[in-house]
Amino acid sequence: MAVVAFVVLAFVAVASGVAVFTVDSMARATFALALSFVAVGGELLLLDLGYLGVVTVLMMVMEMALMAVFMVMFMMNPAGLMPMSMLHNRRGSLAVSVGVFVVLAAGSVFVPWPTRRGEPPADPTRALGEAIMGSKMLVMMAVSAVLFATMVAALVLATARGRYDRADSPERP
Amino acid sequence: MTTGAWWGVLPAAGVLLGVALAAAALAGLLDPAGGSTLARRAGRPVWETARLLRQRRRGVVAADTLLWRLGLAGPLVVALLMVVVVPLGDRVAADLPVGVVWFNAMDVLLWAAVWLAGWGSNSAYGLVGGYRFLAQALGYELPLMFALTAPAVAAGSLRIADVVAAQRELWFVVWMPVAFLVFLGAVLAFSMSGPFAYPDGRDVAGGVLTEPSGVDRLILLAGRYALLAAGAATAVALFLGGGSGPLLPAWLWSLVKTLAVVAALVALRGRVPVLRADRVMRVAWLGALPATLAQVLAVAMLAVGRG
Repeated sequence: MAVVAFVVLAFVAVASGVAVFTVDSMARATFALALSFVAVGGELLLLDLGYLGVVTVLMMVMEMALMAVFMVMFMMNPAGLMPMSMLHNRRGSLAVSVGVFVVLAAGSVFVPWPTRRGEPPADPTRALGEAIMGSKMLVMMAVSAVLFATMVAALVLATARGRYDRADSPERP
Repeated sequence: MTTGAWWGVLPAAGVLLGVALAAAALAGLLDPAGGSTLARRAGRPVWETARLLRQRRRGVVAADTLLWRLGLAGPLVVALLMVVVVPLGDRVAADLPVGVVWFNAMDVLLWAAVWLAGWGSNSAYGLVGGYRFLAQALGYELPLMFALTAPAVAAGSLRIADVVAAQRELWFVVWMPVAFLVFLGAVLAFSMSGPFAYPDGRDVAGGVLTEPSGVDRLILLAGRYALLAAGAATAVALFLGGGSGPLLPAWLWSLVKTLAVVAALVALRGRVPVLRADRVMRVAWLGALPATLAQVLAVAMLAVGRG
């Protein structure tokens, strides 16, 4: 059952990844990429990393929705009525992508994978967090709060007057 | 909390659609333009469903049909996926350990769905509606996330069943009222109703509702009411003690509370003016966001203090 789910999700992830480059519309490319990420989130769920899987879906769908806005905003032809190619620098990108694929695939085949010692932890998400962040957890928590405060403060400063410069704005010259 | 077999999702879906229908009937009752007699008004969702099912679909030149249909089905599918983790009494279709985050991820799917519903129709009004939803979503999403954080912190778990169990002594609405109100506001916002009926506003000829006709329109309208119902059911589980209450069985208490919250939301939404996205941003980021942050801080200190 888990194997079937893995294969189906892997197929969806790769196929929608391919679709990003073969469809002729910006919106379709964006949401094909989102679907690919959602399938990857499903794979994480299969690894019992529930939190990471669901958060991946959350972040990626949000990101792709905003990316669609910016892509359509900055493209001269957002490819609604007029289809367009999603490919740039065909030869170079083909060489780079084939190279990366070969390196990664060779790595996964030739690396001597360690055999499992002990049992999987009760909470894999916590164990993964400890393994990646470990002693830096406190610093990261503090930095994330500072970063968030900075972002909010920057936005408040940048948009104090707003686009419409309303009569009820706090400070009017 | 018990989890049944896979078909446990069917009763959840049935209850969701039933509550959504009740919400639509109440909305019809409260709208004087709906008909001359009360029975006609209350039956409005039924007549409207029959009318839309018989109506022939209207096509648009060069619409992106695939993306459009995906977007139109989005709200209903998202509402169904939301209630999968919400317990009705002591039964839940899927008792995910990260149910609160699941709910949040599902409501983010709406960002994509509503934008697609606007973009796919290849109509200027529809597209404006889709963009309006994203602008509004940027405003309400962060306060919603922190409003969801408060009950999870208090219960020390992301499992919705644990959040319900942690309210055995005191409902969370009592010691986190700000989070509760912000959550209800976000429910109105992601179901595009009340002060947040901006993506489907009358000033843009219905926005994302401009082009859909026939069964497409039915699915989108049903999805909006289903989102209201799913949001209310989640509010009951997270803040109003879930199925706890005297005399009646737990599932009935969950249902009664959900219907009460839905009724309050439907009654409220016709009485407030629609807010422009920049004003939503102002209210959300300068008002609701600091308030929910303070709420989470207070809840966290109380939770640590209790040990």
